[in-house]
Amino acid sequence: MNRTRVLFRCATALVLAGAVAISHAQDMRLDVSGVGATQYPIAIGTFAGEGQLPEDIAAVIRNDLAASGMFRIIDTNAVISDSATPDFAALRSQGADSVVGGSWSRLADGRYDIRYRLSDTVRQRGLGGESIVAGAGDLRYAGHRAADFVFEKITGQKGIFSTRIAFITKQGGRYRLKIADWDGRNEQTSLTSPEPIISPSWAPDGNRLAYVSFESKKPVVYVHTLNTGQRKAVANFKGSNSAPAWSPDGKTLAVALTRDGLSQIYLIASDGSGEPTRLVSSSGIDTEPYFSGDGKSIYFTSDRGGSPQIYRVATDGGAVSRVTFDGTYNVSPRVSPDGRKLAFVTRRDGGFYIMIKDLASGAETRLSDSGQEESPSFAPNGLWVMYATRAGGRDMLMAASVDGRVKQRMSSDTGDIREPTWGPFGP
Amino acid sequence: MNRTRTLWTLLVCAALAGCGSSVELDESQEAIVESRDTGAAGAGADGLGDSSRSVQQIDAGQQQQDPLDDPAGILAKRSVYFEFDSFVVQDEYRPLVEAHARYLTTNRGRRIAIQGNTDDRGSREYNLALGQKRAEAVRRSLAVLGVSDQQMEAVSFGEERPRASGNDEAAHAENRRADIVYQ
Repeated sequence: MNRTRVLFRCATALVLAGAVAISHAQDMRLDVSGVGATQYPIAIGTFAGEGQLPEDIAAVIRNDLAASGMFRIIDTNAVISDSATPDFAALRSQGADSVVGGSWSRLADGRYDIRYRLSDTVRQRGLGGESIVAGAGDLRYAGHRAADFVFEKITGQKGIFSTRIAFITKQGGRYRLKIADWDGRNEQTSLTSPEPIISPSWAPDGNRLAYVSFESKKPVVYVHTLNTGQRKAVANFKGSNSAPAWSPDGKTLAVALTRDGLSQIYLIASDGSGEPTRLVSSSGIDTEPYFSGDGKSIYFTSDRGGSPQIYRVATDGGAVSRVTFDGTYNVSPRVSPDGRKLAFVTRRDGGFYIMIKDLASGAETRLSDSGQEESPSFAPNGLWVMYATRAGGRDMLMAASVDGRVKQRMSSDTGDIREPTWGPFGP
Repeated sequence: MNRTRTLWTLLVCAALAGCGSSVELDESQEAIVESRDTGAAGAGADGLGDSSRSVQQIDAGQQQQDPLDDPAGILAKRSVYFEFDSFVVQDEYRPLVEAHARYLTTNRGRRIAIQGNTDDRGSREYNLALGQKRAEAVRRSLAVLGVSDQQMEAVSFGEERPRASGNDEAAHAENRRADIVYQ
């Protein structure tokens, strides 16, 4: 019951967020390849209900779980309701270890009551379920929530299907800051500009973005509240202002400023108040700060050693330690939410690749293979990294499992897509 | 003459239509057309303008035209190009930098932005910092020559506004530059 209420509140919040101009240009194409090391076989029945549901919730759940590479969808067209006991023996014989059944009904106010239940076909018992009340525009979100529930129950790790991503598109000389579901669907535009927009970064609250806009003929850092469309220039000092990164508590931004010459890292209040304080000093370039998940340290790019490498420093200052050593170009550090892995961009043999470094052992594995990659961003559960890549003369996005086995490509025939940043878990 | 006027009217019509304007031509606009036809002297429908017989005086000791507007002058050159992975202003750009410094120190009211750029290889943010390094190199050269800090702002566009698209060395070289932009 309590859970239902929480979800209800989420749905309401999303309706408010819908005040942002919604563009239903669904030209984003999705291609999934590869399978995970472990695959859980699961059957997801068609939801029971009278008439036609505007969004096929069962299909959303199937697509999410299949795209993760960690589930094998057992083909079934049967209607399986949450209220009746599934035919466990039949599902077992089809190879399904678990099953999702569900139903929907229309409420008097026009919204939908979506119910689903997950069951274990081996032990022949229920694993839980929910009731989600959602308007027609939130039915995909309801499906993503259900997929998250199933994912967590089966794998023991939190799902990211109901998270959002932000990215920049460039089309015909127009730059757009867009927000979408994790799979690139449900695009909404929050900012359009004739000048470049780069480096979007989600606030921990999931409702604000910091980014760099060149609309005033120089790079300026803005903080933009998505559901109100209000924004503020929080770093607009003489010279260039860029590379915003949020502290985990959302109160502080680390930014790169050039007010004293070359690019250096400063901390500012995320509401733009007060004076910047210098985090570290070097005679060269320091940029691309990124907070660790516990907020205690900041990783950044610096050429203080002659070539660009990744360094770490405590948020309250102190000694700087070098993190990357292989090669002559290691940039764009992003720490996994648990602090154990570092995603970054390396230059090897003239190509630019996404690397994953295990911070405890120091082992590095290459995640990407085309050599035109940049801008890695961890999913909030740390299982995925999204990054920008390029093929056929177009910029596009890739989401890859951290073991590199599963990849999901998001591309558009009508323009470039770049600068992805993965939003936090929802409330 | 009448024929010429009709032709002019047609031309202006076409020009206005080209601008997407729906303004209709009336008598006064025709008069403007006629005055253009007879030159800039101002002998329009209102009678002779007072400038038709005026004499402009030139002081040979003082330059009349803003040298910034001379397309053949050195001040028309406003891009400093850099070698690969380099942030040093090469000797060949010394005359250019010195000319702008001279202009800015004699025209203290003028302000410039120095916009640094890079090619598109590698991280956008790191390239932004590299573009700043190029802009900063030019800014320092100008500062040494006496241009005040209040007149200059070094900023970077990184790889975001390439002058040359393409993935070859010629395109990359074209994009490794800092531009002096008068404001």
